Amino acid sequence: MTAALRFDPIRLPEKCEQLRKEVRAFLAEEIAAGTFDPHAPNREDNDAPEFSRRVGAKGWLGMTWPKKYGGQERSFLERYVVTEEMRVANAPTRRFFVADRQSGPVLLKYAPEHIKMDILPRICRGEVCFAIGMSEPNSGSDLFAAKTRATKTDGGYLINGTKVWTSSAHIADYMIAIFRTSPPTKENRRHGLTQFLVKMKQPGIQVNPIGQITGQFEFNEVVFTDYFVPEDHVLGEVDGAWKQATSELAYERSGPERFLETYYVLTELVRAVGKNPDTRSAEGIGRLVAQVHTMRRMSVSVAGMLQAGKEPVVEASIVKDIGTVWEQQLPHRVRDLAAFVEETATNRETLEKQLDFAIKTAPKLTIQGGTTEVLRGIIARGLGLR
Amino acid sequence: MAESENIVAETAEKIFADLADAQTINHDKQGAWKAPLWQALTEAGLPLSWVPDDLGGSGASLAEGFSVLNVAGRHAIAVPLAETMLAGWLLTQGKIASPEGEMTVLPASPKDRVTLNADGSLSGRARGVPFAKDAKHFAVLASGTGGISIALVDAAKCRIESSIGLGGDHNDTVTLDKVQPVTTKPAPKGFDQTTLMLMGGVVRSLQIAGALEAMLDISVRYSNERVAFEKKISKFQAVQHNLARLAGENAAALAAATSAADTIVNAKSLDNDAVFLEAAAAKIRCSEAAEKGSGIAHQVHGAIGFTIEHILHRYSLRALAWRDDFGSESYWAVELGKLVADRGADELWPLVASR
Repeated sequence: MTAALRFDPIRLPEKCEQLRKEVRAFLAEEIAAGTFDPHAPNREDNDAPEFSRRVGAKGWLGMTWPKKYGGQERSFLERYVVTEEMRVANAPTRRFFVADRQSGPVLLKYAPEHIKMDILPRICRGEVCFAIGMSEPNSGSDLFAAKTRATKTDGGYLINGTKVWTSSAHIADYMIAIFRTSPPTKENRRHGLTQFLVKMKQPGIQVNPIGQITGQFEFNEVVFTDYFVPEDHVLGEVDGAWKQATSELAYERSGPERFLETYYVLTELVRAVGKNPDTRSAEGIGRLVAQVHTMRRMSVSVAGMLQAGKEPVVEASIVKDIGTVWEQQLPHRVRDLAAFVEETATNRETLEKQLDFAIKTAPKLTIQGGTTEVLRGIIARGLGLR
Repeated sequence: MAESENIVAETAEKIFADLADAQTINHDKQGAWKAPLWQALTEAGLPLSWVPDDLGGSGASLAEGFSVLNVAGRHAIAVPLAETMLAGWLLTQGKIASPEGEMTVLPASPKDRVTLNADGSLSGRARGVPFAKDAKHFAVLASGTGGISIALVDAAKCRIESSIGLGGDHNDTVTLDKVQPVTTKPAPKGFDQTTLMLMGGVVRSLQIAGALEAMLDISVRYSNERVAFEKKISKFQAVQHNLARLAGENAAALAAATSAADTIVNAKSLDNDAVFLEAAAAKIRCSEAAEKGSGIAHQVHGAIGFTIEHILHRYSLRALAWRDDFGSESYWAVELGKLVADRGADELWPLVASR
């Protein structure tokens, strides 16, 4: 028998519902105050440092982390609720999202104590923005082909090379990046890369914006020229970054952001068809709702298994594979149905604008954070095919 | 899954492994395997899992019964276990004792109706009734002037137009022409045909999820054995990615079906939005997974999987056939879409997030 997949029917605990009410009330206030427009899903371009601080003040950043670093020691399921409510509301999460989801947990695990004490509380307060330095001009999905060098020097390392497609690098205070400290070995081509904490906005780093097909400038090229990183900014084992990447990926891959990125077009379609949809619209909406419900149940299940200390690596990859394919197709399916919406629908223009943006966003969804092809390779390995 | 569910599911698993080996069944044209299998299932109390002791059953929990159905789906068994369980459950809703032997339920489609006449007899026509030809009794949901009733009917008193369905099992049309039932009782408050269809849909969803798991398993195994172009076909990336997609469809079906079953297990009443969303969504998503998943399983197997000698069709065709029972995915999608539209755009997310 192939190792059976598990998707336990995990429910969010009661205390999550109180939290959900608080998040919704907070977001409603922010919308009323004009911080962001929930119908205009351009959160990528909407840097909102003050909003970030207010989210931090609520205790919703780093909420699973130890209290001594500014965290709340709450569960991953509570964090899940905050994340999904922010996402569905199209809140401007860009400034804190990466730090909260990914960079903070890496620092918690691998950074020296004085750095943790310095940076983690600031993440929790919503004061700092992180970027992730993985891809390079000749190293995308093939992470272990990275060439940007970290050369040992007195008290640290000198960095030379270029990272690319680095989201938010132009506003980031820090980057967690992998650099080459040794060549790969014959036995292990993954050997020789080391994870570093990099302070941005310093001499030796040049950030060049790259325009995207959505019209936004979310990602960047980051060029390092003899940039100095002190010794204590090494995160984990020198030459051993490949050992550190896998366990965090389950969190990164299975969250609500992996199927809700274009969700707003479904809400707007329901608004446009009104209370008495024709059969085709009802059928189309029913299927999409069944699909998003199923995705969410899968995603919550993985979150619950992670909270329980399990390692559902294959299940998490499946969530990202089918979740991102779904959110990529969603604007096209909504467009199919929007063709039958009455001319008189009051939100017709909003729906059309949203579709325009969602269709432009769609291609990136199955590329960022691990392409569909890479994910299917991981699933295939889990099935015993590789 | 609680330990007791595992024990019941393990009992079922052992019986199927011993007496319902797919290879053996596939080669047994006489159906000699059927009687011993049914006998063993009956002795283990499985067909009447959902019937309490005082109504003639074994009094297993809803959760235990659902876990049996998932296992039954993994073996794509061709006896009316799921149907008898569902019939026993329906009779129990009316506090009617269950008889021994095979049963099935009708109507099996949301569009068919059975009427309770003023003289206490039943009339109506139900199409696509699974295993009607094999059943000794029918559990019937009927509507009359006094509301909804549940009845136990002797199969011999009904006209059965026999037909073999897509999955290879009996899928018959049952006509009741003023048939006097054995017993009739009023249905509990709030219980109607939609309730029966939703429960039937969850039963089928769990079976589809089980069949997909079996299809994934035998497809992975086959790809690790079959050699083409001088290597195992499992080493080809195109094949790997197809199997990864099959795993995804299996995962979606499993998550949707077990979530819906869990919702019913924990529901105080079956007449609410949560049960409707979960059960309808499970039937829709599992049916979609049946199509995509069985397509991939056949593609991986090539011509051999298309032969009657190979066991793959036992799972693939049943999973596809089960889509039609108790309301197809198209039917439920329309119903779910109407509900969502009626609640309005701003209530959609709260509904999804409530689960």
